Amino acid sequence: MKTILSRPVYGTLSPQAGKSHLLIADAEGASAILDLAKKAPEDFFANAHIMFIPGRTGDSFQNALKALKPAQYYEGPSVAAALPRLTWVLANAHMGLRMYLAGTEGLIGQMMQAALEAGIDPASIQTEHRGSWARRMQCVHCKGITENVTTQPATCSHCGLLLLVRDHYSKRHAAFQGVCINAEDPTEIPQKEEIFR
Amino acid sequence: MSAGTNKLNVTVTEVVAVNELVKRFHFERTDGGNLPTFSGGAHVVVEMRDGDITRLNPYSLMSSPLSTRDYTISVRRDDVGRGGSLFMHNRVKRGMEMVISYPVNLFSLDLRAKKHLMIAGGIGITPFLAQTAQLASYGGNFELHYTCRSEALGSYSDVLRERYGNRVSLYLDERNERIPLERLLATQPLGTHIYVCGPAGMIKWVRDSAAAHGWPDDAVHYEHFAAPQPGTPFDVKLAVSGLEIRVGEQQSLLEAIEAAGVDPPYLCRGGVCGQCETNVISYDGTFKHNDHWLSDEEHCSGKKIMPCVSRFEGRSLVLER
Ligand code: FES
Repeated sequence: MKTILSRPVYGTLSPQAGKSHLLIADAEGASAILDLAKKAPEDFFANAHIMFIPGRTGDSFQNALKALKPAQYYEGPSVAAALPRLTWVLANAHMGLRMYLAGTEGLIGQMMQAALEAGIDPASIQTEHRGSWARRMQCVHCKGITENVTTQPATCSHCGLLLLVRDHYSKRHAAFQGVCINAEDPTEIPQKEEIFR
Repeated sequence: MSAGTNKLNVTVTEVVAVNELVKRFHFERTDGGNLPTFSGGAHVVVEMRDGDITRLNPYSLMSSPLSTRDYTISVRRDDVGRGGSLFMHNRVKRGMEMVISYPVNLFSLDLRAKKHLMIAGGIGITPFLAQTAQLASYGGNFELHYTCRSEALGSYSDVLRERYGNRVSLYLDERNERIPLERLLATQPLGTHIYVCGPAGMIKWVRDSAAAHGWPDDAVHYEHFAAPQPGTPFDVKLAVSGLEIRVGEQQSLLEAIEAAGVDPPYLCRGGVCGQCETNVISYDGTFKHNDHWLSDEEHCSGKKIMPCVSRFEGRSLVLER
């Protein structure tokens, strides 16, 4: 699908040469880690740290991830809860750290943002999309962030405007830009369609 | 004429013997005034007119980018090379007028880095003198590890130590000291970039080790000018200009093309920038590739040559030039 330049593109995780590995996933993103594990050298997980946010997948992936025997394993309820840990991990990390992000765009974007802020080189980060295409959206009018947007248009959870969710993506905010869809005539209310699944 | 080949008329204002092998040259604009600004890591191409031979050799600027009153370079004497360094050592005197190119930087600092880790071998120290001055001017974070044969040949190690204290570490072959590369690579904070300038073997060692430690390529910078090597003379047909030329033993292919009155593009004259890349139309013989620009496949393909450093041996060579 051809779209605008800022729309992130994701790849496929594969084990990289490195001294330590930080793997972060939410929900179905866990399966990307499990797939990477099939290709990884034997001692890979001895220097690995897995951070997992199960979300809608409940407890279906935990055991498989723990069975990889990572040096450290963390599980948290949300991206927001995991971020302070990530910041702390990165503050103490050294060059040679490789990062692997898998799952929803919201997770990938926010973790990436924190990582770049910590000074990690983008070339050290791999990403793979799995699971929901729900978007993290920033309202360009009130600047409020709405998580898990699945419809087009979508209502801003802060100011209530009806927003067109654009492919225009801000790395700095780790969010897609939402622009008022009926500014000319607020009485015109286009039908919402569930498209980001 | 290619970018970066704009010329500057300069006068040699000082020649200083730094040690047994290295001399330093200071240049000022012949017409007075300031020289163009540059950033740490930049080089200039110095024209050496030696009878009817003109040599053009690249040298890193080592003076502080904060002052453009003069440019300084350091030249290590190479007794078996093609004579460029010998010309500088034996013939260039204070007061002499020379022509140099505008500065070009193919080894610049990545200023997004949180820390700069510099590795220098021998005369490879020169670009770092300019880079450290640039970084120090605004409190940039750097560490310099410098290896050389002996205390006496460690050009500028004293100056660097005095300026930057223990941010500079010196390793001497005569004392069997070696850069603790493994430890350095393993202990750098995120956002560190590494820079290496020195002999080819050292650059390879650093690049390979960094890759094995998981450093991304973007964070690894290196500069290695391959000096053009002398070799057996050979004949070349220049298809576009319709000329037939002979490349002399002490001449590079690029110099021979220039001597024939053709003005091909170049920037570094050291096989690293890619500017001089030339298509081969046909050949019968073997290429002596010396550049760091073409890939191994391209070297084997017989389709391209970098005339600034590479040569040819055989019956015929036709270039698209
Ligand atoms: S001039 Fe730079 S590679 Fe030849």
